[in-house]
Amino acid sequence: MTYRVLLLVSITVPVWAQHPSFEGIWNSASLTPFQRPAELGNKEYYTEQEAAVYEKNKAQEVNRDRRDGGQEADIARAYNELWFDRGSKLARTRRTSMIIDPPDGRVPPMTPEARKKFQAIQEKFAVHPADGPEDRPLPDRCLMFSQSGPPMIPGNYNDLYQIVQTPEYISILAEMGNQVRVIPLDGRSHLPQNVQGWMGDSRGHWEGDTLVVETVNFRFNDRSRFGVQYDGMTDKNLRITERFTRTSPDSILYRAIIDDPTVYTKPWTMEVSLEKSEGPVYEYACHEGNYGLAGVLAGERVQEKRAAEQKGANR
Amino acid sequence: MAYHDRVARLIPAVVVAALLAVLSAPAQAPAGKPNLNGIWQAVNTANWDIQTHGPSPGPPALGAIGTIPPGLGVVDGGELPYLPEAAAKKKQNFANRWTADPEIKCYMPGVPRATYMPYPFQILQGTNSIMIVYEYANAVRTINMGPPREAQVDSWMGWSNGLWEGKTLVVDVTGQVDQTWFDRSGDFHSDALHVVERYTPVNENVLQYEATIEDPKVFSRPWKMSMPLYRRLEKNAQLMEFKCAEFVEELLYGPLRRKVTKP
Repeated sequence: MTYRVLLLVSITVPVWAQHPSFEGIWNSASLTPFQRPAELGNKEYYTEQEAAVYEKNKAQEVNRDRRDGGQEADIARAYNELWFDRGSKLARTRRTSMIIDPPDGRVPPMTPEARKKFQAIQEKFAVHPADGPEDRPLPDRCLMFSQSGPPMIPGNYNDLYQIVQTPEYISILAEMGNQVRVIPLDGRSHLPQNVQGWMGDSRGHWEGDTLVVETVNFRFNDRSRFGVQYDGMTDKNLRITERFTRTSPDSILYRAIIDDPTVYTKPWTMEVSLEKSEGPVYEYACHEGNYGLAGVLAGERVQEKRAAEQKGANR
Repeated sequence: MAYHDRVARLIPAVVVAALLAVLSAPAQAPAGKPNLNGIWQAVNTANWDIQTHGPSPGPPALGAIGTIPPGLGVVDGGELPYLPEAAAKKKQNFANRWTADPEIKCYMPGVPRATYMPYPFQILQGTNSIMIVYEYANAVRTINMGPPREAQVDSWMGWSNGLWEGKTLVVDVTGQVDQTWFDRSGDFHSDALHVVERYTPVNENVLQYEATIEDPKVFSRPWKMSMPLYRRLEKNAQLMEFKCAEFVEELLYGPLRRKVTKP
């Protein structure tokens, strides 16, 4: 009898069902800040009441349809609220920041060498922000976005992901910039180190019901950052470990451990809640419609010309 | 009793066999559907010219590397039924092909061109949707396998509704922009393009691909192209990151660089 039951089970449960499914459309938008405001110290979670107050204040603070604050603030809000889609809630965990380790919820300090290099980079770009296309941040060039991952950091809009899963691969399409990662799950080794990609080289495996994705071989340049809201830096030693866990029928808990020993004094961990969404995910044809990059470069040339003329006139 | 014992002793073997069969099945697809999972590639010269063509010289500096390879066409019947005005446009496109082909700028290739570009693509067959990821330009599209929905906006890879007809995956593609071409020879379409693709497994490693092209603004009647698609059998076959946007920056933005004047 027992055998017969076993036989039935082995036939009717497909390989498909052996691991949890992450398939579907997911949204990572929330009002949760990347780093914790310093005044909160080691406070990890808001209470329900605190969360309501935070959400109300934050929505008001970031609202770009406001007209107060003078001319400069007004111009800075030219990208008005129409563009933004950051949700109206904290992540369902009610955490006070996306960064959950170190305990202060902030990116750990850079190593002295990295800090020196980072400062030099900042100084260079302050004077030469747009000599050529490669001097521009990666999103300007449609190469990378904070959402692309890894790590997948939510931005101000287009925080949707579409995931399709087979027993051998998982594919994660980030709507932002139309960036897609196909991750093998079959235990193969990484590509040789001379092959580097802006999204790195990802390999996945299962640890129980958690999908773990290890990524190395990142391509990087002086403009490589983890997200638009944060001035991070990376180098060739970057290794990112992502963990995807189904925590409810409507959500995935996403964690990423960022380890780059030559840039940061210790590894750090971020957490995002991916919420089920109706979608649809639209095609974000970034490069095909990239008038911005040409505009930025042309504008910079005009400013140089004006500065040169000014110099000539003052002589 | 003896009979029951014998059956009982047999069952574990059956269980093991069944388990093995399930576990060793390659990339199992959702129940009852053909399995299209894999990395595929066309092996032809359709991206140069979907019609039969002889060899012709490319940019002189590149010598044999740049020479356009000859190849048999993929169009059923051979001729493309261009309307008179469209035939003139195609001629003009051909004359300007070394600057006007959207592939030069690393723009997403649209459907069906994405299928026969000289790069692999991967089909991921999930439970509710099918995603096709193309190595070229990181282009991607998701095929809606649920109730058909209309394209909400035009896009470079279009809007795809899929369904199964027996063992054939039929994909109806609409909502494509008018800026993609069929090949490097200037064959083109309008925003009225309607493509019906058919992916039929021939054996484990070959799909037969057909695309019926309908575009009343450009062609006098629908026409069809067909070709086999081959599975990439390399043990560690994978799509590589090929974000060519970076490699066309000099072409697109070079003139906007800062000019360093010598003192």
